[in-house]
Amino acid sequence: MNSREITTKISKAADLLNLKKWDYGASFSNDYSVQVDKGEAKQLKATQKQILTLRVWNESNLVGITTTSDISESGIKKALNQANIASDFGNKNERPEFSPLAKDPIEVKDTKKRNPVGIKKLLTLLREAEVKLLKSHESIKSVPYNGLSESFYERVYANSDGAFRSYTKSQAALYLYARAEEKNKKPRSSGSVKLGYGIEDIDIESCIKDAANKTISHLNYSSIKTDKYLICFSPESFLTIINAFSSMFNARSILDGVSLSNKNSIGEKLSTEALNIYDDGLHEKNISSSPFDGEGTPTKRLCLINKGRIENFIHSESTARIFKTIPTGHAGLGSKVSVSPDWIVVEKSKENSDLKTSLDHSTYEGEFVYIEELNAIHAGVRASQGSFSLPFDGWLYKNGKKISIESATVAGDIKYLLKNIVNIESKQEVTTSGISPHIWVDELSITGDE
Amino acid sequence: MLSSQIKSNEIVFGSCNKDLLEEIIFYGIGLGADFVEIFIENTDNSSVLAEEDFITSVSPSFGRGAGIRIFKGKKDGFVSTNDLTKHGLMRSVSQAIEMLDITNNKKGDAFNGLNEHRDYSLFKKKWINEVPSIHEISEKLLVSTKSLKKNNKIITRKGSYSRNLQEVIIASSDGTYVTDIRLHQTVGLNVIASDAQYRSSGSRRFGSSGMPNEFRLWDHEKAANEVFESSMNMLYADYVDAGQMPVVLANKFGGVIFHEACGHLLETTQIERGTTPFENKLNEKIAHESVTAIDEGISEGSFGSLSVDDEGMEPEKSVLIKNGILKKFISDRAGELRTGHKRTGSGRRQNYSFAAASRMRNTYIAKGEHSKEDLINSISDGLYCKSMGGGSVGATGQFNFAVEEGYLIKNGKLTNPVKGATLIGEAKEVMPKISMCGNDLELAPGFCGSISGSVNVTVGQPHIKVDSITVGGR
Repeated sequence: MNSREITTKISKAADLLNLKKWDYGASFSNDYSVQVDKGEAKQLKATQKQILTLRVWNESNLVGITTTSDISESGIKKALNQANIASDFGNKNERPEFSPLAKDPIEVKDTKKRNPVGIKKLLTLLREAEVKLLKSHESIKSVPYNGLSESFYERVYANSDGAFRSYTKSQAALYLYARAEEKNKKPRSSGSVKLGYGIEDIDIESCIKDAANKTISHLNYSSIKTDKYLICFSPESFLTIINAFSSMFNARSILDGVSLSNKNSIGEKLSTEALNIYDDGLHEKNISSSPFDGEGTPTKRLCLINKGRIENFIHSESTARIFKTIPTGHAGLGSKVSVSPDWIVVEKSKENSDLKTSLDHSTYEGEFVYIEELNAIHAGVRASQGSFSLPFDGWLYKNGKKISIESATVAGDIKYLLKNIVNIESKQEVTTSGISPHIWVDELSITGDE
Repeated sequence: MLSSQIKSNEIVFGSCNKDLLEEIIFYGIGLGADFVEIFIENTDNSSVLAEEDFITSVSPSFGRGAGIRIFKGKKDGFVSTNDLTKHGLMRSVSQAIEMLDITNNKKGDAFNGLNEHRDYSLFKKKWINEVPSIHEISEKLLVSTKSLKKNNKIITRKGSYSRNLQEVIIASSDGTYVTDIRLHQTVGLNVIASDAQYRSSGSRRFGSSGMPNEFRLWDHEKAANEVFESSMNMLYADYVDAGQMPVVLANKFGGVIFHEACGHLLETTQIERGTTPFENKLNEKIAHESVTAIDEGISEGSFGSLSVDDEGMEPEKSVLIKNGILKKFISDRAGELRTGHKRTGSGRRQNYSFAAASRMRNTYIAKGEHSKEDLINSISDGLYCKSMGGGSVGATGQFNFAVEEGYLIKNGKLTNPVKGATLIGEAKEVMPKISMCGNDLELAPGFCGSISGSVNVTVGQPHIKVDSITVGGR
C-alpha cells in the first residue's frame, strides 16, 4: 500500500465512522546495518517498519490520537476508533488545529536519494575499515563499537482538508569507536561518526583516520586540578550544549514552564553581540533534512539569536496561535504536539569587536582546556534550571604542551556560559548535529581528580 | 473448533500457531541455519499526562511485529517486520539467510519440531479488563497533581501514567515454544519550584509488573509529599564544592550507581566487546567484602520481573558478587554462544525490532547490618546523596551520576542541602570502596537503555557508604 492509498483508506474509514476532521503522519522505512568483531561479522540486521499516527477531532473539536504499526484496513479502522475514544479526553484548554501552512509549497531539494548497496557490501566495507583502524596504531587493540548502516524511508503528512505531503530519502551512517591499551595505563577510547545520503557519500578513510587520531591523542593522559579554567569548546561540544538548552528558544517549553525564557524574552540579551544562532533544517549539509514538520508546516531557516539577543522562538501550530505568530516548522505529531530544533548553525556576527581574537585553538599558547566532546547529557543537564555538570573528553594546553585529561567534568550555568563567551573563531565546522566554529568561554569550573 | 486445530497463513494471537511456526523454523534450518528464533509481539499501550489541573495528553498505541534471528556459527542475522503472514515471515527468514551468506542447504533434520507449548499467559488474559480505564487514570492523576499544589512556589506540576501490555510468542529451533503476556504500569510525579532567581525540581517514579490493580493502590499523597519536600529542600541549596570525598548513597534509586557502574560490565555483551575490566575475574575479589550483589527476574510485581525472558527461558536469581567475589555474569543466548557463560534468563529486548541481548532485570546490592545513621555518623566531611538522577557508563568503564537531592555531612550529621553534584568514577576503583551496607534494602523502578533498546528494570540497595569518590560541582 502506498501513501496515497493509505490516505484514501483513512478517508473512507473516517467517513464510515462519521469523523469529519482528521490528519495523520506516517513513516515507512527499511534499514540495513552490520557490526563486526575482529574481522568477523557479528550482527547483521534488516528492519522493515511502518508507523502511523492518526489524529481525529470529535464534534466538540477535541482531539484524540493513536499510533499503530498495523496499517491494514482493520488496523486503520481500529486506530481511528481508538483515537475517537481518546478524543473524549482531549485537552479543552489547548485545541490543536491544522497548520495554516500545511498546504503551502515546500522547498524541494535535490534529496540525492541513493540505491541500497546491500548487506554484503556493507559488511565488506566495515571489515576493511576495522582492519585499517586496528593497524593504524599498535596500541589500538579493538574497535568495540562499530557499525555501518543504510536506511531508506518515506515520511508522509496528510489531512482531511486536502493537504498531502510526502518525501523519500536515503541515509547512511558509519561509526567507529576504538579502544587503545598500553601497559600500566588505563584503556582509552574515542571515535568518529560520518553521515551521508548513501554509502558512496561516506568518507570511510577520514572516519578511520579521525577515530585513530582521536584515540591515540588520549593515550598520554593526566588528571587535572579542580579549578576554574579558560575553555575552548569544539564545534561539536558547543552544539551539544546549545541543543541541550534549546528549551530557551522553545515556545512549548515556555508554555509548560520548563524553559529559562518566558513569553516576553524576545529581545533579551543572552550573550556577546558577536553571537548569531540559527535553526536551519534545510541546510545543504544536513543529511537528515525534512521539508516539512509533523504538522505539515514547511521547514525554514529561523534566526534564534541575533547579535546576542533572542530573536525568535520555535513553534508548532498551537504555540504559534497562542503567541500570535505563525508556525515555524518544528512540530512533532503527538497527543501533545512537541517542538524541537532541527539543525543548529552558530556563527560570528559582524558586531564582533569585543572578541579576543588572539584566542585561536590552533595557535594560542596560554593555558586553557579544550573540550572535544561532552558526555552523559541526559544525566548532567538541568534544562529547566539552566545548570549542567558534564563529563568530557578533552585536553589541557599548558606551557606549549597538550595532554589528555583523564577524567573530569565541566559544570556551570548556560546563561553564565553564554554571557562569558570571549571569542568566536571565524572558521565554521560541519558536524553531525549542526555547524559551529570553536567557541571560547572564560572561567568555567572543572572538577578533576586532583 | 479447538484453537489447536486452526490452520492459518498468518500468526493469530490467542490461537495455536505451532504448525506455522514449525514450518518457518524448518524452512530456516533447511536453508542451512544452525539456529532459528522467532519472536512475535502484539502490543496495546496507553499513556496519560496531567499538567497542573488538566489532562493534556492521552496516547493509545498498538502494534504487531516479528523479529527473526538466525545463527550460523557465532554470527547472527536479525530481521524484523510488521508482516506476520506466512509469506512475510518466510521472506524475513530468507533475508536473514542471505545476509549471513549461507549457501549450504541441508535437510533440516537438526530441528525436531516444537516442544509442548508453555503458556505463561493463561491467567493473564483477563488483565486487559482489569487495568484501570483512561477515565479512572485521569481522575487519580488530577488528584495527584492537585496534591502537589502545596504553596505558590510550585510553578509546574505534572503527573504521568503509562501502561504497556505486550503479548509475545517465542519459538526456536531448540524446541522452545512459549507464549506470555506482560503488563507494566508506571506513574510519575514532577514539580518545578521557583522563587526569585532560585529554581529546583523534584520527581519520583513508581512502577510494577503483572499487577493490574497496582495503580489503584498507589499512595499518591505520600508520593506528592516526597516530591514537594524534595523540591523545597533543594530550592535555596548552594552548589556543591567539587572534590574527592566520602559519600553515603540512599537506598532505592541509589542503586542506579551499581546498575550503571558495575551491572553493565557484568553483561556478556561487554565481554563480547572486550570492554569490561571484569572479564577474567570470575571467583576473584572485585569489590569490598561487604558487597553482595544480585540480579534476578523473580520478585513478584517488581518492574524488572518476568515469567520468561525474550528467548523463552525462565529467569533465574543470579548472585553476581558474593562478599566481594565475582560469581556470575548476566548472559543470553548469544552471550553463552560467544563467551561460554551459561544463560541466566536475561535475554531481553525493547520490542520485536531488536535482537535480544544480556540485560539486567531486578539488580541490587544485598542488605548489610548497619543502620543509615551508622553510615552517616562514620563521616566527618562528606556528601549524602538522598536522591539520584540519571547516569551513564562510558566505553572504558567511567561512570557518572547526577545527584538530584544532596546534603553535606559534617561531623557525622546531615547539614545543608547542595545541588549540582555529579558522582564520577570507575567501577573497578569504586567497588572496593563500598565499605558499609545498611540494613534497609529497597527497590525502585527505572528504564535502562542499551544495545537491545529500553527495558524495564529495578535498581536497589540499602544505604551504602563509599569511602571516597570524585564529586563534580562548581
